[in-house]
Amino acid sequence: VKIRLAQVLGVAIGLIAVLAMTLAVFGLPIWSSMALLAEGAFGDRFGVARTLVKATPLALVALGLSIAWRARMFNIGGEGQFIAGGLCGATFAKFMEGLPPVWLGAGVLSACLTGGALYGGLAGWLYVRRGVDVVISTILLNFVALQLLGWAVAGPLRAKPDGLPLTGPLPQGAMLPRLDPQSDLHVGIICAAAAAVVVYLFLFRTVGGYRMRLVGEAPKAARLAGVAAGRSQIAAMLASGGLCGLAAAIEYLGLAGQLGTSFAQGWGFLGIPVALIGFLHPLVVPLSALYFGALFAGSENLARFTPAGTTIVFVVQGVAVLALVAARSLTRKGRAGIKEPA
Amino acid sequence: MDFLLVLQFAAPVALAALGETVGQRSGVLNIGLEGKMLAGAFFAVLATLTTGSPWAGLMAGTVAGTALSALSALFCVRLRADQVVVGLAVNLLAIGLTGTLYRARFGQSGELLSVPRIPSISGLDPVLVLLLVAVPATWWWLGRTSGGLALRASGEYPMAAEAAGFSVERLRYLGLMVSGTAAGLAGAYLSLGVAGSFAENMTAGRGFVAIALVTFGRWSPPWVFFAALLIGYLDSLQYTLQGLGNAVPFQLLVALPYVVALAVLVGAGRSRGAPAALGTSYRREGG
Repeated sequence: VKIRLAQVLGVAIGLIAVLAMTLAVFGLPIWSSMALLAEGAFGDRFGVARTLVKATPLALVALGLSIAWRARMFNIGGEGQFIAGGLCGATFAKFMEGLPPVWLGAGVLSACLTGGALYGGLAGWLYVRRGVDVVISTILLNFVALQLLGWAVAGPLRAKPDGLPLTGPLPQGAMLPRLDPQSDLHVGIICAAAAAVVVYLFLFRTVGGYRMRLVGEAPKAARLAGVAAGRSQIAAMLASGGLCGLAAAIEYLGLAGQLGTSFAQGWGFLGIPVALIGFLHPLVVPLSALYFGALFAGSENLARFTPAGTTIVFVVQGVAVLALVAARSLTRKGRAGIKEPA
Repeated sequence: MDFLLVLQFAAPVALAALGETVGQRSGVLNIGLEGKMLAGAFFAVLATLTTGSPWAGLMAGTVAGTALSALSALFCVRLRADQVVVGLAVNLLAIGLTGTLYRARFGQSGELLSVPRIPSISGLDPVLVLLLVAVPATWWWLGRTSGGLALRASGEYPMAAEAAGFSVERLRYLGLMVSGTAAGLAGAYLSLGVAGSFAENMTAGRGFVAIALVTFGRWSPPWVFFAALLIGYLDSLQYTLQGLGNAVPFQLLVALPYVVALAVLVGAGRSRGAPAALGTSYRREGG
């Protein structure tokens, strides 16, 4: 499906309109609130850094989910895959403590990626081989991952036996390099941009990517063309989970440095609307991630002066997704009521 | 362990799961359950504080769930939008709406509100009685009446339901409304009956737990109820075990039902229990 520039612009204008409406509904002055949001998101180098740092996990998770959803695998287990990635990374860090810091960092990164990929791939495998619905299995797997995280950071991975439920911090040398020594801005944003390009090239310029899209958009045609749908679907879930694991790696190595019970912070869930509003398109998704990254960063500033805060971003996300869905349903009248990837 | 206490712990999730069973049997997967519970919890507290009566609160919470269901139904049934997408959007909407309204109305301090609870006679209150009655009633209605049969047909093989003269659209409206209304009541009971207060995002995933329970209980009301009791028991056990330090890894215990639910699904595949047309939208021929 070709995305036209006009569509992207339409959504961009729509998103601003939804934001203005949301502010108005909650009785906030529109212009001054928007100014507060903009100031928090782009006002100074720290604002820009906050925006980019928040856009990074959103973009990576949303890119991953886009791959799965395009292959008609309704992966809502981004949160679980994110956690599984982080857990594998922390386990690696615990047992390979003696490695030189740079190698430790690289190992943690690969472990996170692998953990996320396998956790996503598990849901894919369960669907293809055992017919377990992906929506249900990923919901269940989210719970399992969350409890495993709680257990691991309180038990086997805990740094000090009587300390807080946290894993030991990584050495400074293992962390991702900072782009700006004064703010939190790290190279993760470059990884996310590179990932977007790679996912784009894969989905639209390789046979494997074409097969995934075919399986998602026209399963019958795929079957007639002899495409092994199951393999494409499992591969899509592996890639999807891998990107969620990468998002976890970048949170871990870029900011947190250690794991606690609230490591995932909901990125796995918040990436879903980002992916949907980005048309599940790898070159539009980063824009969507930047918009919501800026909103999350800006809303922290808004919260200092008004009763509204981060929660207002959720409203914008919810309304925007519903509006997009409605627009699409209304313009698609007359076609067969098949379930579409978005 | 006191049975009534476990029942009380289990009731919010049990109510939501029971409603969701009816919804899923009609063919709609209501991912928005979490948001509907949260809206129920918030508006229940708001109405209770405004009127001073927890009964008005229960009512308001239930209506909030019903209202959000009407929104979901409009999108899922009318516009035939994807049920998962709509459900997730409803969740975001509810989290954002309740969080913002809560802070606007009750200040940014995040102080715990205390509301009058639902009166009970030796631990048994009307909502619990309703739950205990609803389990066999739902089971009987789904399995033994023509209305229940039609509803199940709309989830199994919508074309057959339509051919028999039923409107799949209407049956699915019904399924969604039942599941959302039950979720609203469940949320109201969570804030008024169990917690006695409201906190931001207080449902903390219980809506998703309820969806998982429907699967765990194989789409059968009594089994779903027993599954909810098990979760309620583990939930209450958690606090006891936490007091003992980390001697027992209670997180693993809590994870167990989800692993078992997955294992059950792996064993049964898509063949048994799950409504065949679950999660797919239906378009009448020529419609």
